[in-house]
Amino acid sequence: MNRSKLIRFQHGACIPLAELPRLDFATFRESLLEEVANHARVASFFGHPSDDGLELYAILAHDWQGDLALLHTRVADTYPSLTPDCAQLHLFERELAEQYGVRPEGHPWLKPVRFHNPWVDTDDIWGRNAKQHPIPGDMDFYRVEGEEVHEVAVGPIHAGVIEPGHFRFQCHGEQVMHLEISLGFQHRGIEQMLIGGPHPTSIYQLEAAAGDTTIGHTTAYSQVLESLAGHDTMPRAYAIRSIALELERLANHVGGIGGLTTDVGFLPTASFCGRLRGDYLNLSAELCGSRFGRGLIRPGGVQFDLDNALVDKVKQRLAVLEPETRGAIELCFDNPSVLARFEGIGVVSTDDAEELGLVGVAAKACGLVRDARLHHPFGSGETKFDTPVIEIDGDVCARGNVRRREIYASHELLRDTLTQLPAGGIYSPLESLAPDSLAVSLCEGWRGELIHTAITDSNGRISRYKIVDPSFHNWSALALSLRGEQISDFPVCNKSFDLSYCGFDL
Amino acid sequence: MLSIIRERLRQGHRTGKYPKVEPVLPERFRGLPTIDHQHCQPNCTQCIEGCPFGALQKVAGKLELDMGLCLFCPECSAICEHGALSFSRDYHLSSRTRAGLIVDETEFKMVEALDAKMKKLFGRSLKLRQVSAGGCNACEADLNVLGTLNFDLARFGIQFVASPRHADGIIVTGPVTENMKSALLDAYAAVPEPKLVIASGACAIGGGPFKDSPEASNGIGDILPVDLYIPGCPPHPYTALDAMLRLMGQL
Ligand code: SF4
Repeated sequence: MNRSKLIRFQHGACIPLAELPRLDFATFRESLLEEVANHARVASFFGHPSDDGLELYAILAHDWQGDLALLHTRVADTYPSLTPDCAQLHLFERELAEQYGVRPEGHPWLKPVRFHNPWVDTDDIWGRNAKQHPIPGDMDFYRVEGEEVHEVAVGPIHAGVIEPGHFRFQCHGEQVMHLEISLGFQHRGIEQMLIGGPHPTSIYQLEAAAGDTTIGHTTAYSQVLESLAGHDTMPRAYAIRSIALELERLANHVGGIGGLTTDVGFLPTASFCGRLRGDYLNLSAELCGSRFGRGLIRPGGVQFDLDNALVDKVKQRLAVLEPETRGAIELCFDNPSVLARFEGIGVVSTDDAEELGLVGVAAKACGLVRDARLHHPFGSGETKFDTPVIEIDGDVCARGNVRRREIYASHELLRDTLTQLPAGGIYSPLESLAPDSLAVSLCEGWRGELIHTAITDSNGRISRYKIVDPSFHNWSALALSLRGEQISDFPVCNKSFDLSYCGFDL
Repeated sequence: MLSIIRERLRQGHRTGKYPKVEPVLPERFRGLPTIDHQHCQPNCTQCIEGCPFGALQKVAGKLELDMGLCLFCPECSAICEHGALSFSRDYHLSSRTRAGLIVDETEFKMVEALDAKMKKLFGRSLKLRQVSAGGCNACEADLNVLGTLNFDLARFGIQFVASPRHADGIIVTGPVTENMKSALLDAYAAVPEPKLVIASGACAIGGGPFKDSPEASNGIGDILPVDLYIPGCPPHPYTALDAMLRLMGQL
C-alpha cells in the first residue's frame, strides 16, 4: 500500500496537523481495512468538527512493531459505516453518531452510547428532543420473543456498593441467550470539559476519569501534554510513575481476585484479599498521601519523591505482602470447587477477541499479547518490562490467572524499579503546547491500555481530547461471554472482566 | 481444608482495634487543613488563586478553607510561601451542616449525634443504601473497604443493604449526573420515613472535580436534605467510619 497515505509514528511524537494527509473517504476506508487485515488494531477513532464537516481520525496500533498509524479523512452528515467490515469500530461509530449527529449508513446496531445531547448544533439522529436531556437507557433493546422466554432487567442501581449501569438479559429458563448493556449513567462530560485546556481543573478531572485508574489516566494525560510541549520528562519521574502504576495494578488485581472468590462464595481468599488490597492502597498513600494516587502525577513530572528511607519502607512492606498475597491467591486456584466455578465459564474466543479489539486482561486471557508496557513503553528504559502474561482459554479462570500472574510480575518489576531508581529531579514545568498539532499516548493501566489523544488549535489550546479506557473496548466482550451461560454465572463473569462504568461513560 | 486452616493461621487476626486504638495514617496523608493565621499575609492571595475549585477565600481578611469543595490535593500548601497553610493527619473532617465544613479561626467541631428520638431508632443499627451518582468509583471503593476484615463495619451495627426499602437512609457518592438524577430520587423515595441522607465525598457535597459540569449537578445539596457531610476525594475510610459512628452517638 502507498505508505504516504498514512503516518507512522511512535507514541510520544508530536505531529503537526499540516503534515497529516487528508484522504478521501474511499481511500481512508480501503487503507484502514488493509491495515487491520495486516494485524493492526483500532486503538482510537474519533471526530473533530471543523468548518467543512467532521474530521475523522483513526489511530491503529501495530503492537509488535511498536508503532502507530494515523489515518485522517473528512465526512459530512453521513458516510457508509465501516462496522460491517471492521467490527472493532462498532462502538466508536455509535459514539460519533451521538456526539456529532453523523450517521454511519448501514451500521447494524446504531444505538446511543452515553445518552447526552449532540455536542454540536445538529439534529439528534435518533430524533430525541434537543431541548431536553435524553433519558438514559431509552433505546430499542434487542428482544427475543417466544413462549417461555423472559427478560431480566437489572439496574441502573445495583445491589452492591458499585457504579450504575443497565443490563438486560434475554433468558430461556436459567440460560442467557443475549445480554445487552446500556451505560451512560456516570457521564460527566469530561472530554467536553477538557476543551480549551489545559485548564487548572483538567488534571483533577483526569484523576477522576476512572477513580481506580488515577495513576493510569493521569500518566497518559501527562504524557500527551509533555509530547505536545516537547518536554523532557526526567527519568526519575518516569520511574516513580511506573512504581505508582504497578502499585495501582497490585491493589486492583488483588481486590479483583478477592471479588471473584466472593462471587463464588469462597470466603478465605475473599477476606484475605480484601485486607491485602487495602495494604497496597496504603502503600500508594505512603508515596503521595492518597490511597488512590491523587496528587502524585502532574504534566511535567511527579509531585512526590521517594527518599531512601521511603524506598526501604516500601520494599520491606512489599516483601511481607508478597508471600501473604501468594498464599491468599494460591489457595483459591488450588481449590477444585472454586475452579469448577471458573473453568469453561464466560468464554470469549481468540477470534472474537481480535475482532472486537479487546485489550488488557480480557485480551491477554484469550492469548493476545497486548501490553503497552512491552509494545509502547514510555521514557528511556527506566523500567524494563519484558514479561507480558497470557493465558489461552478465554474464560473466567484465564482472566483470573492473568491477574494472578500479573500480580507476581508487578512485584518483580517493583523490586527492580525500586532498586534502580534513577537519580535526579522529579518535576519541571511545561512550556506551552505546540499549536495545530496532535499527540497520542498509551499507558498500560491495570485493566489494559489507556489511550489518550489531544489535538491543539492555532493557539496551542486543546481543541479535542479523546480518552479511550480499556472498558470501552471490553464491555462488549462481557455481553458476548454471557451467551449460553446460566444467568447465575453473571456476577462471576462480570467480576472477571472488572470493567469501569465511569471510565466508559467519561 | 488443611491448607485453608494453615493459610488462615498465617494471615492472622486482622480486625483493627479502632475505635479503642487510634489508627496510624501515612505520613503524607492530607487530613484536616490547618491555617496559621499569624503567618498568613493580609494581602496575599496566592493559595486562593491556586485552587481551581474555589475552596479557599478570604472573609474579612481571614483565610477560610471550605472542605466541601476541597479535593485535599497538595497544591495549595505547596504554593503558600509563608507556611500558613498545611494539612494535618487528623482524619476527623465531617459535619452535620454544610457550614460546619469551613475551616477558619474557630475550632473545628466534630459530628454531633442524632437527636434522642432518631438516635433511639438508628443509634445501634443503621442500614444504608449506597447510591453512586456519577463519581469516579473511588468513593465507592473506599466505602466497600469498610466491609473488609480490618474495619469490619458490621461490628458497629452498620450495613449496606441492597434494597432502599430495607434501608434507614441513603449514602450518596458522585455529583449527580443528569443521567442518575431520577434514579437517585426514586431510591430516596423508596426509603421509609424517617430517613437519613449522607453525602460522601467532594462530588456529592459540591460537585468535586466535576463542579459546574454541563452534565452534572454540583452535588446533592440542592436535591435532597443532607444530614451528614463526609469530605475528601475520596474520604479516607476512617473519616467515613468516624462520621457515621459519631452520628449514631457511638463515639
Ligand atoms: S469525591 Fe473524588 S473520589 Fe469521590 S467520586 Fe468524586 S472524584 Fe471520585
